[in-house]
Amino acid sequence: MVATGALGAVGVAAVAWPFINNLNPAADTLALSTIEVNVTPIAVGQAVTVKWRGKPVFIRHRTEAEIKEAEAVPMAELPDPETDNKRVTDTAKKVRPEWLIMIGVCTHLGCVPLGNKPGDTKGEYGGWFCPCHGSSYDTSGRIRKGPAPKNLVIPDYLFTSDSLVRIG
Amino acid sequence: MASSHGTPPVFNNKVIAWVDHRLPIFSYIEKEYHTFPTPRNFNYFWNFGAIATVMLVLMIATGIVLATNYTPHVLMAFDAVERIDRDVPQGWLIRDLHMNGASFFFIAVYIHIFRGMYYGSYKAPRELLWILGVVIFLLMMATAFMGYVLPWGQMSFWGATVITNLFSAIPVVGESIVTWLWGGFAVDNPTLNRFFALHYLLPFIIVAVVALHVVALHIHGSNNPTGIDPKGPQDTVPFHPYYTMKDGFGVVCFLIVFSVFVFFAPDYMGHPDNYIPANPLVTPAHIVPEWYFLPFYAILRAIPDKLGGVLAMFGAIAVLFILPWLDTSRVRSCTFRPIYKWFMMFLVVDVIVLGICGSKPPEGFWVPLSQFATLYYFAHFLVLLPILGKIERPLPLPPSIADSVLKKKAV
Amino acid sequence: MRKPFARTLLVSGAIALAAFATGTVAIAAGGTEHPPARKWHFQGPFGTFDRAAAQRGFQVYQEVCAACHSLSLMAYRNLTDLGLTENQVKGLIKDISVPDLNDDGAPVDRPARPSDRFKKPFPNEAAAAAANNGKAPPDLSVIVKAREAGPDYIYGILTGYVPYDKLTPEQIKEFDVKKDDYFNKYFPGHKIAMAPPLSDDKVTYADGTKATLDQEAADVTEFLAWASEPHMEDRKRTGVRVILFLLALAGLMYAVKRTVWADKH
Repeated sequence: MVATGALGAVGVAAVAWPFINNLNPAADTLALSTIEVNVTPIAVGQAVTVKWRGKPVFIRHRTEAEIKEAEAVPMAELPDPETDNKRVTDTAKKVRPEWLIMIGVCTHLGCVPLGNKPGDTKGEYGGWFCPCHGSSYDTSGRIRKGPAPKNLVIPDYLFTSDSLVRIG
Repeated sequence: MASSHGTPPVFNNKVIAWVDHRLPIFSYIEKEYHTFPTPRNFNYFWNFGAIATVMLVLMIATGIVLATNYTPHVLMAFDAVERIDRDVPQGWLIRDLHMNGASFFFIAVYIHIFRGMYYGSYKAPRELLWILGVVIFLLMMATAFMGYVLPWGQMSFWGATVITNLFSAIPVVGESIVTWLWGGFAVDNPTLNRFFALHYLLPFIIVAVVALHVVALHIHGSNNPTGIDPKGPQDTVPFHPYYTMKDGFGVVCFLIVFSVFVFFAPDYMGHPDNYIPANPLVTPAHIVPEWYFLPFYAILRAIPDKLGGVLAMFGAIAVLFILPWLDTSRVRSCTFRPIYKWFMMFLVVDVIVLGICGSKPPEGFWVPLSQFATLYYFAHFLVLLPILGKIERPLPLPPSIADSVLKKKAV
Repeated sequence: MRKPFARTLLVSGAIALAAFATGTVAIAAGGTEHPPARKWHFQGPFGTFDRAAAQRGFQVYQEVCAACHSLSLMAYRNLTDLGLTENQVKGLIKDISVPDLNDDGAPVDRPARPSDRFKKPFPNEAAAAAANNGKAPPDLSVIVKAREAGPDYIYGILTGYVPYDKLTPEQIKEFDVKKDDYFNKYFPGHKIAMAPPLSDDKVTYADGTKATLDQEAADVTEFLAWASEPHMEDRKRTGVRVILFLLALAGLMYAVKRTVWADKH
């Protein structure tokens, strides 16, 4: 009796799984999961937005002042403590403090923060400001104020040369 | 034809009698919608169940017709909806009915819920009836949310993004759940396509739950403004023609107000940004959901913590499930509860304040106000309701429904 | 029953009103300076489009706006709704050519037909953005419905430009206006990418109307309001009939209800 019941339950789970799994991302969606970007045209102090997996990715060429400011923040002040150094390291463990590459999606409820375009408000901490619910990020993309719980997410990226970065 | 309830009906028409002998649908209609004994003292608040039913049928009918001309694809959805408006014969009418119908369905249901709360319709023995109602409300919210995504305007897209992201607040598995909901790494074509499929499916599930809601209602019959049970035939009238006619009148009055919006202000309830095609790289300056979600949206934003906000928002609805057990009062109707009556009215004010907060940007004065209103909302259910039932002294109840009706007539 | 009836109606009315009020708030929120409200021919429950103004507005769109702004949801055939005959429409589009494929599948340009959608100034959005300093000019098909204050906003933008030398030093400082920027009173953030599109005598009206800036702006707004909702007149007409029918039905229903309930009151 128990064995039959157990086997039956396995059968039900095995039948249910394809239906659930069916809703996961399809192969063509997954295939678009890496992009390559040439960063040479981005001048110091400028930023660009590229689209990756349907989301905006911010690539900011930071100024000396912005890097200094980001490195000087004491960990105790951060809701989600993370060193600036860690946020500018690529998958080959090489640190490039001038390049900050993050997913431009607010970790609160998924809006695109302002601050990447010239003329955008950058918020109180000189980084990014989310217009939806008022989260402010610093020059390292770390959350400083507002409802967002986490820093802006750093995707896996690798500088294949000094000018070319592969995201994903 | 049977003239009073209790005796099984006799059908003179041979065909009806033949069918009824094999499948008693005519007996059922006779019993549940004709002779069904209904308290004689309903006020016009009791119309809103019938009105909500009419709106549900209208939504399904217009929805099916719209679906025949709609295309659930990110590149085509916006234009498909505009084509319905412009080129499909009377497409504008069907679309305006559906678009405003959603709002008016919620208006009817919100009044229906208020009536249930004010007159204690959720109290024993109608707890399951009430819970089924809350299930319908939840299904309506899910359906309305997914329907709002289909025109694929800016508010469609960003509303979908914000609401699906709520699930990312769940620890550990949240991100995987969101990816699974989207069928990708952002709200995109797979999301639109599945939302369309579910938006078409859910209304029929609502119909099924409404059927259960009515079955449960007809076990113990309707509550009434006095909250006391009918004691005999002098307290009730047959459902038809008394309440069929009264409901019919109420439905027509409601449809008049509805028509004013459909024909003279079809976009009043909507947001102009939804006439801008969805753009994943541009967030609107200020994302607001449809008006019927605003109180819950305000609760979400009132809590500065992400998971806390999500829990509070769902908690605001979850608390309705246990409402029958939070109310400790012996009497049902607020008519005989001199103190709670005012708290009930204040809850309505509180929900409206929350709605206004939900429509404002989360800054300045609106933040503490929405926090206070959220706190009051939960305090109403979790503190005031259990305590008041114990300490409040209800007014004397009338001996019977007939008595209360006759007394009012004398005044 | 009399007293509670009146009271419940009042209460339910108040709730409904409150619900509408929150709806209004949602719409009104998040605006900047609101453009002044103008009187439009198509306003109100019986308002109709001013055909002559909308036709002039089409001329303004065609000669000025169409250089950058698409109107992709409109087809040339729709112009007959504005009072043009089919031959007039054919005459208007005789010089327009649209992309298509020939029998061999090669891309060609062929003369436009009334069934064609309005020709777009740019092949796609990226091209539109590239030709306009990175910001694609928005499509105007539903622009009047897609902006708060609708027609007043469109008219406001078209007439709301302030030349650099007329700005106060505070305005220049607050909004960081440069000499080459365009400043518009009603545009959120005031700095607008679009150069002032209209001016006195920008077009020469066929019907002899004097083409002032105000006239052109009002005419093109009338045209765009029509383009946003070509069936508006039909909608209002149907509404009047539906509501009259429902009022009559409500009256009869009420009488029936009173009769049925007569012995129970």
